[in-house]
Amino acid sequence: MHIVVCIKQVPDSAQIRVHPVTNTIMRQGVPTIINPYDLVVLEEALRLRDQFGGKVTVLTMGPPMADESLRKALACGADAAVLLTDRFFAGSDTLATSFALSTAIKKIDAEEPVDIVFAGKQTIDGDTAQVGPGIAKRMGLNQLTYVSAIRSLDLGSRSIVVERRAEGGTQVLTTGLPCLITMLEGSNVLRRGSLPDMFRAARAEVTTWNAEQAGVEDITQCGLRGSPTVVKKVFAPKPRNEKAVLVETEGKSDAEIARAAIDALFTANPKLEAEIPELVLAS
Amino acid sequence: MTYKAPLSDILTTLDKALGYAALLDGSAFGGLEWDAVEGILDEAGKFAASVLAPTNRTGDLEGVTLKEGVVTLPQGFKEAYAQWAELGWNGVAAPEAFGGMGFSTAIALATFEIWDGANMALGTGPTLTLGAIDLLLDHASDALKDTYLPKLVSGAWMATMHLTEAQAGSDVGALRTRAVPQGDGTYRLFGEKIFITFGEHDLTENIIHLVLARLPDAPPGTKGISLFLVPKILVNDDGSLGARNDVHCVGVEHKLGIHASPTCTMLHGREDGAMGWLVGEENRGLACMFTMMNAARLWTAIQGVALGEASFQKARDYALERVQGRDPATGKQGTTIIHHPDVRRNLLTMKALVLASRAICLSCAATLDEAAQAEGKEKAALMARAGLLTPIAKAFSTDAGLQATSIGVQIHGGMGFVEETGAAQFLRDARIPPIYEGTNGIQAIDLVTRKIPQAGGAVVASVLDGFSRDLEGFGDTLPPSVLSATQAAVGDLRVATELMLTLGTEAPVDALGIATPYLRLFGLTMGGVLLAKGAAGTNDPGWRAVTRFLAEDMLPETSALLAGLRARGGAVAATTPDLFEAM
Repeated sequence: MHIVVCIKQVPDSAQIRVHPVTNTIMRQGVPTIINPYDLVVLEEALRLRDQFGGKVTVLTMGPPMADESLRKALACGADAAVLLTDRFFAGSDTLATSFALSTAIKKIDAEEPVDIVFAGKQTIDGDTAQVGPGIAKRMGLNQLTYVSAIRSLDLGSRSIVVERRAEGGTQVLTTGLPCLITMLEGSNVLRRGSLPDMFRAARAEVTTWNAEQAGVEDITQCGLRGSPTVVKKVFAPKPRNEKAVLVETEGKSDAEIARAAIDALFTANPKLEAEIPELVLAS
Repeated sequence: MTYKAPLSDILTTLDKALGYAALLDGSAFGGLEWDAVEGILDEAGKFAASVLAPTNRTGDLEGVTLKEGVVTLPQGFKEAYAQWAELGWNGVAAPEAFGGMGFSTAIALATFEIWDGANMALGTGPTLTLGAIDLLLDHASDALKDTYLPKLVSGAWMATMHLTEAQAGSDVGALRTRAVPQGDGTYRLFGEKIFITFGEHDLTENIIHLVLARLPDAPPGTKGISLFLVPKILVNDDGSLGARNDVHCVGVEHKLGIHASPTCTMLHGREDGAMGWLVGEENRGLACMFTMMNAARLWTAIQGVALGEASFQKARDYALERVQGRDPATGKQGTTIIHHPDVRRNLLTMKALVLASRAICLSCAATLDEAAQAEGKEKAALMARAGLLTPIAKAFSTDAGLQATSIGVQIHGGMGFVEETGAAQFLRDARIPPIYEGTNGIQAIDLVTRKIPQAGGAVVASVLDGFSRDLEGFGDTLPPSVLSATQAAVGDLRVATELMLTLGTEAPVDALGIATPYLRLFGLTMGGVLLAKGAAGTNDPGWRAVTRFLAEDMLPETSALLAGLRARGGAVAATTPDLFEAM
């Protein structure tokens, strides 16, 4: 079985600061990490590989330094890594990214047929949740999003059964391979890297493809040229002046809630009692 | 708070104080980028903090139990060890031919600081296995290597060393355990060994004992000692486990510290004798065992560093939280005790001892790594240098660990004397490293009688010249006070070394009485030089502050030590054992 896991190197959002004057994101000096949602699918891919045999290939698109994230994935046990890096890819939105990634996956598939493509539910920097589905659409793959667990996989009949969290309950879905899966956070925890895997990762050759090597024929679908999305403005929302107050109540009946709310209101506004007759008169 | 691996300090030590990144570059150690080394140590730190550290206090409280020959370690130890071995951490420096990573001793040692800092009692076991791996590699037959090394390298089995007997402690030559040849290449052993660390436990399915014993016609003393491999469970030809061997744990000690590390009394030969296989030549066992002892000394040294660091972290956190008294600088009432200069001096002393001893240990390991890649005369010279540095690393670092953990308790005040706080455990655990693997007194004697006279004093001279060269290269990167204090210490060490070399020939017995202060002088000076080197290459304000403190406040001790040495040990020599009876 061959599984491709798409990952993205992102700034560690826990350490991002917004510039106090310009309100823009300050990217300098922020350490990078693998998008946390991608770790979930990486672990799931490794588990399936351990159970059914085969190979896990991790794929990313990014600057040359994204090599670091691929090596981390190798250190956790992935078997091969492919980096798409080219100035033509720079400035890609989700449309162009899914184009580049799906092109590369087609090439990987031609070399060694791919059974499952995993992608993170979304990234913590873009938060769009569009790239995974975009890849599925472009490749014509069956698509399972927001999966919380994989129930079973039958390589003989080439079918998979998963649990998908939906509003009001859990759906149990089945589909045929090949397919694309995105998973929910908390579905599993990424394993620790073993020392042999860490050494293998450090010494491994990461396959690096530019646009041409990845099999891109129409360069206008890549990077800024292939990205119709325009970011007009980035801003931090203004904090509201008023703050919510939690009012404790004696019990849960409407009368008790009303009483507690009134008490709180009058305690917070000592002049209210005096003002009420005027308000009533005015109305 | 929990233990946090001191990654930044370890990396600064290796890269800046020792130039290790350059040594690694293009070396025989598999061409790893420095980033990869950082990644490995980072992962070690995460594992130690999340898996090993949580069992440290509970292991201390629970201790080990012996019931009908079976020793059970505290709850959680077996699982933690299994995970640790499964991830391959036992094999950092072991050869790839037997399943190890073939990586460097210095990095392996750095990982052990992390394991010991999180849980030294647990770290003690693998420390011995590593020594056994070195011993078997150097001295065992190919058949023994093939049978035992893959399991020891993976950590599936652990190993022990059996030297001590009731009448044979530091004087190994007095041991009496007998080995009787069976005529088929095997031997049967009979005798009782004491103080056997991890002699029996439930962490692994087999335990490989390396045992010193006498053949029937062996000459007396150390020249009549042979070394045997005695497995707890006999190994069949196909590698599967067979019958239980006749070697048994008949007692475990109640100790001051490392409660979770089983210290066993082992009986060989309750019935037919324990089956053993000769390692190396007959009557040459002690030389073989010294391979293990020497390696184990460096691994013991790092235990002192590890406990000092762990104790520092706890004391530092306490000093930042504990509110007491008035800030003497601002007069503000209700200040945290970190505002009191005496508390900061205590913390600086701890950190200086830790940084200095870590640098000495890693320097010794880096020298071994260089030697592993060198050949001929160069290799011999590097091995001689590592031989000189080993007793300094062992004694200075474990003394430093003891001193630092004691200060750690002091910073906690009364709370430090109370067990729940955890500061006291570090102090109790730190009491053993100065004793085992050759007491620190023996280390000092080894330094003075065997190591500094090597090659007519040429080995120590080249080390001292290296210190002077290091100091010349700093220029204005260091504060003048640091440079001058370090230069003065190196000068004191030169004079002291000449003095000890002369005394060693003129009055060798008198030299034994002052070997310990000489070793301390050596360690302080070397620590000062290495910290200064690190400070010249880093902007880390913590490192630079500690370097300054060590130089200005601690290195002056070298002149006092030298003044003492100038008395040539006369005061000790003038006493007799009888005199003490009347004291």
